[in-house]
Amino acid sequence: MTFKKARAFGVALPIIALVVAACGGNGATTGPGGSAAPTDAAAACPSGSTKIEVQSWWTTGGEATGLQKLFEKFNADNSGLCAYNAAIAGGAGTAAQGVIKTRTLAGTPPDTFQVHMGHELLDTYVNISAGSVLSPLDTSIIDPSKFPAGVVSIISGKDGKVYTVPVNIHRANELWYNKKVFADNNLTAPATWADFKTTADALKAKGITPLAVGDSGIWAFGMVFETILIGELGVDGFNGLWTGATKWTDSKVTDALNELKTVAGYVNTDHSALTWDQANQLVIDGKAGMTIMGDWANGDYVAKNFTNYGWAPAPGNTGIYQALADSFPLPTKAANQEGVKKLLAFMASAEGQDIFNPYKGSIPARTDAGNPPSSGKQYNDYQKSAMTDWTKDTVVPSMEHGAAASPAFKSAIEAALTTFATGGDVAATQAALAAAATDAGF
Amino acid sequence: MRRLNRDRVVSILLLVPAVLAIAVFVYGMIGWSVWVSLSKANDLSFDMAFNGLANYQSIFSNVRFQLDLRNTVVFTVFFVLASLAIGLFLANLIDRRIRAESLFRSLFLFPLAISFIVTGVVWKWLLTPSAGFNILLGLDQSTNRWFTDPTVLYIAPDSGAGHFLAGIGLGGLATPLFGIPIALLSLVLAAVWQMSGFVMALYLAALRGIPEELREAGRVDGASEWQLFRRIILPLLTPVTVTAVIILGHISLKIYDLQQAMTKQGPGFATDFPASYMWQTAFNDNQFAKGAAVGVVMLVMVATLIVPYIIWNRRQEAAR
Repeated sequence: MTFKKARAFGVALPIIALVVAACGGNGATTGPGGSAAPTDAAAACPSGSTKIEVQSWWTTGGEATGLQKLFEKFNADNSGLCAYNAAIAGGAGTAAQGVIKTRTLAGTPPDTFQVHMGHELLDTYVNISAGSVLSPLDTSIIDPSKFPAGVVSIISGKDGKVYTVPVNIHRANELWYNKKVFADNNLTAPATWADFKTTADALKAKGITPLAVGDSGIWAFGMVFETILIGELGVDGFNGLWTGATKWTDSKVTDALNELKTVAGYVNTDHSALTWDQANQLVIDGKAGMTIMGDWANGDYVAKNFTNYGWAPAPGNTGIYQALADSFPLPTKAANQEGVKKLLAFMASAEGQDIFNPYKGSIPARTDAGNPPSSGKQYNDYQKSAMTDWTKDTVVPSMEHGAAASPAFKSAIEAALTTFATGGDVAATQAALAAAATDAGF
Repeated sequence: MRRLNRDRVVSILLLVPAVLAIAVFVYGMIGWSVWVSLSKANDLSFDMAFNGLANYQSIFSNVRFQLDLRNTVVFTVFFVLASLAIGLFLANLIDRRIRAESLFRSLFLFPLAISFIVTGVVWKWLLTPSAGFNILLGLDQSTNRWFTDPTVLYIAPDSGAGHFLAGIGLGGLATPLFGIPIALLSLVLAAVWQMSGFVMALYLAALRGIPEELREAGRVDGASEWQLFRRIILPLLTPVTVTAVIILGHISLKIYDLQQAMTKQGPGFATDFPASYMWQTAFNDNQFAKGAAVGVVMLVMVATLIVPYIIWNRRQEAAR
């Protein structure tokens, strides 16, 4: 190569590098922690209409479509009102939550916003020293008798009043498995953790990873721990962990941690490098037999055109429905009080929930819903089976998805589990969990 | 007192906006952060009542924050030393006036043009056990776990070195808290790949600035090439080394983007840093005062590096 050519090459390369850098930058903004630019959805409202600003982190896919369909029906039924999605992309809502908290602190909250039902909402906005920044909702907006008791207890503040409208329900404690792998090895979905070990050993003997976990975000590991806790403690014992009625020093929590240690021995070695959907891919590819994940896994299978999967409650979780939900509250300082009350009432109605949920891939929080309009999208087989369980199972809240514990309590539990996932020191971890409960006021 | 002439008035007027902006947005915000860190603002009520050093006590007794400080120190030491060594080595290679010198110079410098986010994503896939290097080089993925390896190298209390430390009253150092997490080295690798070319450029400029007469004089006096490098070149490079340590050090103390794109908190917080803990505490857990306390600790860490440098720089300029 001559010097002249080398110099020309030297000029071309930085340009290539810059182009690569620029492309990468664009890609990164759509990923976790990405840009916080609100979409200009308000512009779609007809001039002269009274706008209702709904701040969410639903920007794409079925969830954004479902919300749009719900707004279309609401806006058509209420002339002069225009609800719109002021969405903020990125990081499963972390970017949006930061904006919503800042706006609330500044006294200019959106008319309503997306927030996980339960203690993430209550301990952030309602049960705080300066008093609630949300208004309680009366029965003209939401009728608590149409929702399971397990839901009503975690959408109500300490004053017993309801503070938010749950629009959907996802199930957290579900076991998903590859039907072909199970059939080839004459296995059935394990009903208890003892069965799980038998099943897992059989898979391990064939060189198949028994349980796929993708805990690059530790919450996926936390969800496995929660299903074990439910199995060991039962409904009342598990619920007591979040109210102080069950002590974290209880011997059954020790049993659960020992169980978790055993289960962790059946997990793929690269779990801390993978996300939940990459772990799910191992099940699809038949490299792993099972995974424990929320029912958004169902959406992942559908999106990837994979049909040979089965589902069952996580071992020891039969008859117990661990729930999480997105919900919409009423900020006391919302600009359009009358409009947003009407919108929340529609979101709480069976009609509104049946428009939204088929698109979202979740089920209605109301137990009397389940009949979407024939013109809209219908529920799929998984959703139908989940709705049957929802009406008869006992409902418990999900810690990892904001229903059971305050954000700080959850972080402290996750920190203990992060250390446990590598060291496996049961006594130290239980002490850390107990300390976390003390810090949280239990 | 000097007369206020037109030039003086104009120059003051031009300076005022910048001074005001820095006063408010840098020093004002630092003051506000310190104030918040001493308050009870640990929920959305934002209660600014004085809380003493309770938030600092809380974060320093937090295991995660202790590990974060360990990681910061380990990462900084490895990252700075490796970048300096590789940068100096490359600069010396190029200083030999090789063919296609500008090509190599550009090649080594290119990683600097890429953002840490991109570097993080690329190295994440190169070092993911089920992909990248393990497949390219045919390595066993269950033993080459890179940034998913939870191992922490530390002096075991019951080992010979552990007994020695205990003997001299430093037994407290024989814990994982003073160890080296293996997973962190993957992050060091990516950061060094990105920044060593930059160090090379600094050193190369300095090497070119050393007059040939000095080397000639050394050779005439009978110095070997190694002695020439060790006794003449290296001392002359000291100002560049100090500058490089400052630049690399402050990047490393504040590292966030690379870690977020590549490894997140890592196994057992092996690749967690104060910046991500601060983000989690303040914006996820609503514990604004504790988050501010973490921010203040980070500021103090960077200041202990930068302030002596600024003083040293001032003295050098004054001496000139």
